This record gives sequence, structure tokens and C-alpha cells, in this order.
Amino acid sequence: MIDSLLNALSGLMLAAGCFFMVSGAVGLVRFPDFYTRMHAAGVTDTLATFLIVGALMLLAGWSLALFKLGLILLFIFFTSPTASHALAKAAQHSELRLEQPGRPATAQAGQAARNAAEPALEADTTNTGRD
Amino acid sequence: MRYLIALFLILSFIWLANSGHYTALLLGFGFISVLFVIAIARRMGLVDHESQPVGLLPRLPGYYWWLFRKIVQSNLTVVAGVWRGRAGISPTSARIPLRLKTDMGKVLYANSITLTPGTVAVDIENDEILVHSLTSEGLDELRRGEMEKQVRALEE
Repeated sequence: MIDSLLNALSGLMLAAGCFFMVSGAVGLVRFPDFYTRMHAAGVTDTLATFLIVGALMLLAGWSLALFKLGLILLFIFFTSPTASHALAKAAQHSELRLEQPGRPATAQAGQAARNAAEPALEADTTNTGRD
Repeated sequence: MRYLIALFLILSFIWLANSGHYTALLLGFGFISVLFVIAIARRMGLVDHESQPVGLLPRLPGYYWWLFRKIVQSNLTVVAGVWRGRAGISPTSARIPLRLKTDMGKVLYANSITLTPGTVAVDIENDEILVHSLTSEGLDELRRGEMEKQVRALEE
């Protein structure tokens, strides 16, 4: 009885997790720019991962696999914001730099950074143009 | 000293949960490797209140529960935005004032912002945090400072 209940629950969670994974992937394609796409990717590594790993934990029962899955979940929750932040920070150093209203000093700095980044950008476009 | 003990307990738990072989020989190897890692961490000066925030431990489960509910909510918002297309989102970015004092609090706050989908902490400068949000409501919610209040309760 409890076994079939657990199976049904984990099946539901796996299905919901797959739905959120697909939603994140669709968002990655549909959203207009770099930063909004990053938010879509955030769905796949929070709720979708939680649902799928949680469902697997229910299936694993009281065994060593349960602890290992728990460690995987914890690891993903610690590393994914770090990776997202690294991405956003890298974008700040490129031509994707966010506009910062009401901040002339940093806006100038942004302009300077953009100018400095331009030669590299031109090199990039010539590289891709050759393909 | 208590940071060393905390590190020992955490490393031992990770070793035990990942090994699955509980013979005297392998347990001995595990013990030696845990001590070895602690010795390295200590020589690198990594064992302190920042790497082992044991003081936070009693209040952490409550915060995790609150953050988890927040993550589920914001996931639903972002997924709704995905399926509604361009009309469902209003991407904005702004600097949000930061009133937390400790480095630990700032890191927790910025990581929590990034962990909830729909908002990403891009940069921390002095007492402001640059946040990009998928919807303008997401920024308004951060400005109301509910999450900041939770983090401040945690660091005190």
C-alpha cells in the first residue's frame, strides 16, 4: 500500500520535474536577451532538479543512495547560484553591460569598458565572419 | 577548535555517506583522509567562522524552508512568463540598497537572490546590490525587503 503510494507520488514528481525542465528549455529559446534567458535556466536548476532528485529519493527508500542523492541536491543548490553569478559578472565585462540609471560616474566607466572591449569584439566578428 | 570539530563531522559524514564499505581497514583509511584534509585546510587558513558557520546552524532550517517556498513561487512566475511569451515579462535592472552589515549576510542575501529564479544578483558595490529581474514585480518585492529581513534575522 505504502509502496504503491510512494511510487505514484514519485511518478507525479518526475512528471512535474520534466514539465519544469521543458519549460526552462523553452524559455531559454523564447526569451529575448541574455539576462532573461539566464532566468529561464534558473528554473531547470532549482525546482525541476528538486522535483526529479526528490522523486528519486522517494524511490531509493532508506539506503545509501538516499544520502548520495541528498548530497547531489545540496551540491547543486550551492553551485548553481555561483555559476549564475559568474555568468552575470562576465556579461558585465562585455558589451552586454546593464544600463545603470541615475549613475553618471559608473555610466562613464561603462562606456570606457565598452570602448576597451571593442577591439576584442571586432576580432570576434571577423572570426565568425570567416566561417 | 569548534570549527575544527565541525569540519571533522561534516567530512566524516560525507565520507560515510559515499563509501558504503564499513570494514575496519576502509574506515581507518577514511579517518586518515579526513585528518589529512583537515590538516591541509588548516595550513591554508580556511578553518574559520566563514567556512564553518556553525553559529547559523540552529536558525538555518527555518530559513531554508522560507527560501524553498519563495523558490517554488518564483519558479511558477517564471514558467508562467515562459508560456505567455513576451507579454508575460518586463525585464528590468536596478540597484537595491543593502542594509546588512556582515560579509556573511551579504553573501547569503546575494546567493538567495540568485537562487530564486527571476532575479539575479549581478554585482555588489559598497552598500548597493545590482539586481536584474525578469519582472518589475520581482524588483518591487526585493525593495520591500522581506528577504533581507529574513537574512538579518539569520546573521544576528
